[in-house]
Amino acid sequence: MTFNKTLLASTIAVTAMMASGAQAQMSNDAVRIGYLADMSGTYRDLAGPGGLEALEMAVEDFGGEVNGVPIEVFSADDRNSADVGANTVRGWIDQQNVDLVAGMVASSVTIAVTKVLEEAGGLGIVSGSAASSITNEHCTPNHIHWVYDTYPLAHGTAKAVVEQGGDTWFMLTADYAFGHALENDVTQVVEEHGGEVVGRVRHPFPTNDFSSYILQAQGSGADIIGLANAGSDTVNAIKTASQFGLTQAGQQLAGLLIFLNDVHAMGLEATQGLLLTTGWYWDMDEQSREWAERYFERMGRMPTMVQAGIYSSTMHYLNAVDAVDTDDPMAVRAQMAETPVEDMFARNGRIREDGRMVHDMYLAEVKTPEESTGEWDLYEIKSTIPADEAYRPLSESQCDLVNQ
Amino acid sequence: MTMIFGVPLAVFMGQLMLGLINGAFYALLSLGLAVIFGLLKIINFAHGAQYMLGAFAALLGLQYLGINYWLALLLVPLVVGALGVVIERTLLRRIAHLDHLYGLLLTYGLALIFEGALINFFGVSGSSYPVPEALQGGLNLGFMFLPTYRGWVLVAALVVCLGTWFMIERTRLGAYLRAGTENPALMQAFGVNVPLLITLTYGFGVALAAFAGVLAAPLYPVSPTMGSSLLIVVFAVVVIGGMGSILGAVLTGLGMGLIEGLTKVYYPEAANTVIFLVMVVVLMLRPAGLFGKEA
Repeated sequence: MTFNKTLLASTIAVTAMMASGAQAQMSNDAVRIGYLADMSGTYRDLAGPGGLEALEMAVEDFGGEVNGVPIEVFSADDRNSADVGANTVRGWIDQQNVDLVAGMVASSVTIAVTKVLEEAGGLGIVSGSAASSITNEHCTPNHIHWVYDTYPLAHGTAKAVVEQGGDTWFMLTADYAFGHALENDVTQVVEEHGGEVVGRVRHPFPTNDFSSYILQAQGSGADIIGLANAGSDTVNAIKTASQFGLTQAGQQLAGLLIFLNDVHAMGLEATQGLLLTTGWYWDMDEQSREWAERYFERMGRMPTMVQAGIYSSTMHYLNAVDAVDTDDPMAVRAQMAETPVEDMFARNGRIREDGRMVHDMYLAEVKTPEESTGEWDLYEIKSTIPADEAYRPLSESQCDLVNQ
Repeated sequence: MTMIFGVPLAVFMGQLMLGLINGAFYALLSLGLAVIFGLLKIINFAHGAQYMLGAFAALLGLQYLGINYWLALLLVPLVVGALGVVIERTLLRRIAHLDHLYGLLLTYGLALIFEGALINFFGVSGSSYPVPEALQGGLNLGFMFLPTYRGWVLVAALVVCLGTWFMIERTRLGAYLRAGTENPALMQAFGVNVPLLITLTYGFGVALAAFAGVLAAPLYPVSPTMGSSLLIVVFAVVVIGGMGSILGAVLTGLGMGLIEGLTKVYYPEAANTVIFLVMVVVLMLRPAGLFGKEA
């Protein structure tokens, strides 16, 4: 992450020469966006380089500059380490005057980064993370949570599964902030709807070999094995379960956080019929298809909901900077909250005072190989969960920013 | 139902079985490391990458050349082993006279290059390799449902480990190898081609890693990072067993698999750490490792 000092020096020199009053409200005569994500590890494919591409696409579509100053994009690999993430962001804000931190995937990294953002008075938009605590007990005035969180994942999927008769659950949980949050949310939903969680096992993150945990799940006798993990952990767990004949013996898997790239990697044979909740699907309507096809031309892959969310949130941010004529974080944050979000990504979207961008969520079912008409034709949207019902109601919020 | 420390006997036995299967992988990989360290005194940090290359070669062979699993089990170790021979001839040989640390750095660099190059082309989500038809389904062992393929992995790994041990400890070639480790100059004086022996040993160690990679392909997602996560554990196994000890590597590999398997039942949160705890204790009590000779 060595910053190009020559570039900085020349930028300063040029700015000094053309110092003009019109740009007085834009700090450092550039809007700088830092993209922080897992670029090489287990979460690479759900955000990673594809998310950076989406961000750059947004900057290009916006015209490359805002209020007469250029938009500059930085990126760094947080390697799923909270320390690396927090230090990177601190450096970005202190030394390079980064105005917006985007991306952010592993929840543990995000929580550490949002603390830095709050201390340093920066602004962040979280697109990749899942923990609902990010806008609950860990909320700050300095960040917005965009794409999804564990609350709608648990509510959408768990409610649908319990209603279909799966009322005893065994939880297979990734042992860190996100897994715990998801496990709590699921347990609550299952119990509210008359089901019971009969056992759980917390596995280290990441885990390669799930056979031992699958055996424990098998021994529990539960109807449903809930997978409160993500990325390659979920993929491994589903594969191992099929090898051990879990589903043949009558137990069923409920994937709580499954991304398009996971289903694509495992194939429809192994994943067909899986119920999941998603914030976006490329083939959900005309607008999403149109954008996804442009993205596909650049990346050769269909975007995940996180990658689409990065485009959407960057656009929303740049529009706000344009509207208020400054890149002051709090002014931009206020403007973003005042403007409804309605674009290729969000339906009925708005940003609440706790920083949660609520929007319609979707319950989807993975298609069977026979139903699928192409490599990326993977989901069928079963129902829409309206924005107002999808996320944790403010009346239950523990966030200090919410007036109760 | 009979209970062992609060866990039903059937579950307990099942976990022991799975531990043994994982242990077989540790054994196979640490065996390769031990053979290479024993003769070349090189700490082969590329071992994980070579294991990953084995799995990838099997996957790509199936996708593009239609090479089936059984043929891959034979061909892939030869191909990746040949790559090992090239690495030894062109790179490792040049730094053989330097401190061990240089070998470690070189092989680590190679591992990062292999991994990075494959991540660039395939991403990290990984692809799946189908279980060969003859090994699909499972066996009911009474206490657990054992997928046939996992049973096969255990048998194949143990056979290869024992074969390697036999070759090194009980044959003439093995005697040359062991003598070459002790005193290469004297061996050379007796007319044994020690440089060739070294090249072949490295190639053999690498081939063992690739063999483990092919075995692993149907079990785990074939991804560029599959080796690096395993390598650290395998190094811990080698350290616990004693650097360079062949039998030590095999027995420790199996033993660590069992300990890890039991940890997954009683305190799953520590499953990734328990091997390192054992390593710390062993290093404190027996710095040369359980089977190592005191220097």
